[in-house]
Amino acid sequence: MAALPPYATIGDRIWHYTFLGICALIFLFLIFPILVIIPLSFNAIPYFSFTHKMLTLDPAGYSLRWYHDFFTNPNWQGAVKNSFIIAFFSTIISTFLATLAALGLSRSEFPYKTTIMGILISPMIVPLIIAAAGMFFFYSRINLQGTYTGVILAHAALATPFVLITVTATLVGFDKSLTQSAASLGASPARVFFEITVPLITPGVVSGALFAFVTSFDEVVVILFVGSYKQRTIPWQMFSGIREQISPTILAVATILIFISILLLTSVELLRRRNERLRGISST
Amino acid sequence: MTTPNITQEVLTTADGVPLKTSLNHALRRRKIRSLLLVAPLFFFILLTFLIPITDMLLRSVDNKIVPTLLHRTIPLLAGWDETGQDLPDEPVFHAMVEDIKEGAAAKTILRLGRRLNFERAGMSSLFRKTSRRVKRLGQVDSYREAMLKIDRQWGDIKTWRLIKRESGTMTLSHFLSAVDRQRNDDGTIGLKPKYKRIYIKLFGRTMALSLLITALTVLLGYPIAYLLATLPTKTGNLLIILVLLPFWTSLLVRTSAWIALLQKEGVINDLLVALGIIADNHRLTMIHNQIGTVVAMTHILLPFMVLPLYSVMKTIPPSYVRAARSLGATRFTAFIQIYLPNSVPGIGAGGILVFILAIGYYITPELVGGTSGTFISNMIAYHIQGSLNWGLGAALGTLLLLLVLALYILYDKLVGIDNMKLG
Amino acid sequence: MNKVMKLMLIALAMVAFTAGTTLAKTELVIVSWGGAYTASQQKAYHEPYMKLHPDIQIINDDSAGSGAAKLRAQIEAGNVTWDLLDALAADAIALCDEGLVEEINPDTMLAPAPDGTPASKDFGDLLISPCFIPEIVYSTTFGYRKDKFKTPPTTIADVFDLKKFPGKRALEKKPVGNLEWALIADGVDVAKVYDVLGTPEGVDRAFKKLGTIKDSVIWWSKGAQPPQLLADGEVTIASAYNGRLFNAIAKEKQPIAMLWDYQLFDLDGWVVPKAAPHKKEILEYLKFATDTQRLADQAKYISYGPARKSSAPLVGKHAELGIDMKPHMPTAPENSKHVIVKNHLWWADHEVELTERFNAWLAE
Repeated sequence: MAALPPYATIGDRIWHYTFLGICALIFLFLIFPILVIIPLSFNAIPYFSFTHKMLTLDPAGYSLRWYHDFFTNPNWQGAVKNSFIIAFFSTIISTFLATLAALGLSRSEFPYKTTIMGILISPMIVPLIIAAAGMFFFYSRINLQGTYTGVILAHAALATPFVLITVTATLVGFDKSLTQSAASLGASPARVFFEITVPLITPGVVSGALFAFVTSFDEVVVILFVGSYKQRTIPWQMFSGIREQISPTILAVATILIFISILLLTSVELLRRRNERLRGISST
Repeated sequence: MTTPNITQEVLTTADGVPLKTSLNHALRRRKIRSLLLVAPLFFFILLTFLIPITDMLLRSVDNKIVPTLLHRTIPLLAGWDETGQDLPDEPVFHAMVEDIKEGAAAKTILRLGRRLNFERAGMSSLFRKTSRRVKRLGQVDSYREAMLKIDRQWGDIKTWRLIKRESGTMTLSHFLSAVDRQRNDDGTIGLKPKYKRIYIKLFGRTMALSLLITALTVLLGYPIAYLLATLPTKTGNLLIILVLLPFWTSLLVRTSAWIALLQKEGVINDLLVALGIIADNHRLTMIHNQIGTVVAMTHILLPFMVLPLYSVMKTIPPSYVRAARSLGATRFTAFIQIYLPNSVPGIGAGGILVFILAIGYYITPELVGGTSGTFISNMIAYHIQGSLNWGLGAALGTLLLLLVLALYILYDKLVGIDNMKLG
Repeated sequence: MNKVMKLMLIALAMVAFTAGTTLAKTELVIVSWGGAYTASQQKAYHEPYMKLHPDIQIINDDSAGSGAAKLRAQIEAGNVTWDLLDALAADAIALCDEGLVEEINPDTMLAPAPDGTPASKDFGDLLISPCFIPEIVYSTTFGYRKDKFKTPPTTIADVFDLKKFPGKRALEKKPVGNLEWALIADGVDVAKVYDVLGTPEGVDRAFKKLGTIKDSVIWWSKGAQPPQLLADGEVTIASAYNGRLFNAIAKEKQPIAMLWDYQLFDLDGWVVPKAAPHKKEILEYLKFATDTQRLADQAKYISYGPARKSSAPLVGKHAELGIDMKPHMPTAPENSKHVIVKNHLWWADHEVELTERFNAWLAE
């Protein structure tokens, strides 16, 4: 909404500022619940509210005890390790498979494109509880329930649609004349791929990989069914914590996760802008 | 029309192959190559995702356990008229005794008892009791007499009708249960007694709350998407971070944030008490009920509405509205007549996406929904992990999946799956 | 790409490392409830056993909550990864009935009492299933806020009396227990409870009685919730596992007191899955972990009653708080004047039907 023109009437002005006020409230609704966690995680006592000492900024009202608990508790430490291992491998698998598929699907001659795409994206659409229950029974049958391999494969399956969509989006804006002119200048197909295609799609692939990483890193339903205690991840640990009794350690973990998401979000945004610059699309 | 002469001479490539053939070959090669690129992912999804789900859904009709464990009795029962008032003949009783003996030795017979107990209470103990007694049963004159002595339920024609009705390798009874129906004793399908009907209500509640959540996301998402789309690029890019940050933040983080805010000893109640709006002993109950589910899920799903809306609104040229206004339309008319219709595809895309995601939600209703704010997914989880009635869980899952697929197809028709965007 | 490769190698090395360190020892996977309960088993059973057998490594898996479901799926699939499962009596009976867990002969496979009494006598009638080795007797009973009532509630009928004892109630979100209490509060003799519940009129009567307080009930599903609800002042009376209430009262010093009237007795214990991967080792462990001293030791860490008669005199003081644990046992004579012993066989038949009705009743 552009700034008000000088000829705006009083009614225009009132409406303009009311509208901005409404938008500000909605943004507050979006962001406040996330921000409120951060100070609460430094609470010195095990409650979820701002104590008098916290409000008067008395240092005694704040403490790092919940972070200390997080960093010393073997349950949480095991969960952190597992989260990274599982997210890492499922990212590799899903990024590799989905990037290949995106390259294939982007070719104009691909038959039954929509149907295939619909099937490949289904892990994003099918309710997680159904996927989780199905995998629980089937993976038990093939000795994968309660194993790292099982959880990694399950997470990879859930993550592929995100990579597929992101990489496909990069390829849609892909300027075909670049590869064609390279080929007509005598470059071998392999050289065209590595010197033209790869640099152009890399930002898409990396943001797809980040999406895949987050999908696995945040996933909680499937891990509860396919995993066992050995494969417990941060979300598994958080879920059982919240169900039992929500302790401020959970808020400390949540705060750490918020900073991780800010980091990831920034990387994806930077990549997206780089991608648009590379492809000569004006930034949005 | 005369054909020009040139076409008679076939165009060839350097090595003499007709160009058309060569192009066709090339096209086929390219097609195969692109198929080969997609194949690994396709088979991966098939094996790790689609087959497991299909396998689970088939449990909703699977009933092999009955004909397998009663392999002597079932064929004999086929000749028995269940519409009459007479119990089956002596050979059927004899076969049943043999089947139960075999099942008791293999310790499998109580799985059958458990299966039939889902249909009628008491079957579990009938088979438990009978399997203990038949072990000691020697040579008898009448197996019928012997079984009636063990438990008089064997003399109840309803027991035999139930076994005959459930004798196939497949059953519809889980699906009937999933829609609050049951087979009456005369074999007709009817509603369950009123105090046992729950699933239709639960499906209804899931849809109603999802619809409410979708409506709320439209209501809240529309103004900010409009603001983002009309602001100068720099400011817009900055503000969109406020939408993207929740989008990238873990679901559990956002759910626990709402617990911290909404619970009785939580931030909002504390604030209201401190401001003197409510008394300390009248704190509001905003969580572990429908309010908790609706508020938390609206927050969680709002970015899924804002982002598609935003990308559609970006494409509406501002000149349209300016033109309308310069032709004398009021601000309101210009919005209703020009801007809103142009943004409808965005509402459609975001709306269906939010609705699809909402009706399958499990985690958030589980944590903040209490008893009145839970969804059908929570019931599925309960039947898989709690009650162990896997058939019923699978039947409910199948119904939910069909609902989602119908919406998915609608989404594809309206928006196109290829147009799905993230972030 | 180099960085990615490096990360990948590190991750691979981590996995290999975890796998490598565990190769040396035999790992026994023991599935239990997690939290304070697993901690009490760790201290009383696992740690002393691992000290005696350095070649054994006990892995705690906290998924007993969905234990029956997971074990069923594992056995159906022929892929059992668990060695021992901690289960409630009702689940143990069902698993045993269906041949999913091993039968245990108490006299040959379990240790006798110190005075030589065979295990079958020592456990007595708590051996409710040939596969089940009970560890503890626990009860679901009531706790109330001391500061909210002038005269404290003393009977189960008081729980249903909102006039004399105002405030919300917390009850477990399942029919077991609640229906029995409703009937007893309505005047049914405890000996006849299951007979009455077996009739349609009896079920109607129980639901009608529960209906009188339905609007004031917060339903809980996890053991940690009711003490929390009491501590937060959300409810004034709550049903809860006695061990959790003990913790809230003795450890966290909450203003809560126990109401033992018609506590519901139940058992928790071990079952050995069919085709458990380390059968020989786990049976050896089981013999140790269920002997008289070990069961008595567990009561030092959590206030549940040991299942062996011979353990009762050995119950001592709480390991941290130094409180004598005997009066806090649900089995103590003071506390067990009126008890309901859960009828497992009856519930095996009626749980499906009554849970269905209970859920529909909640959704009304």
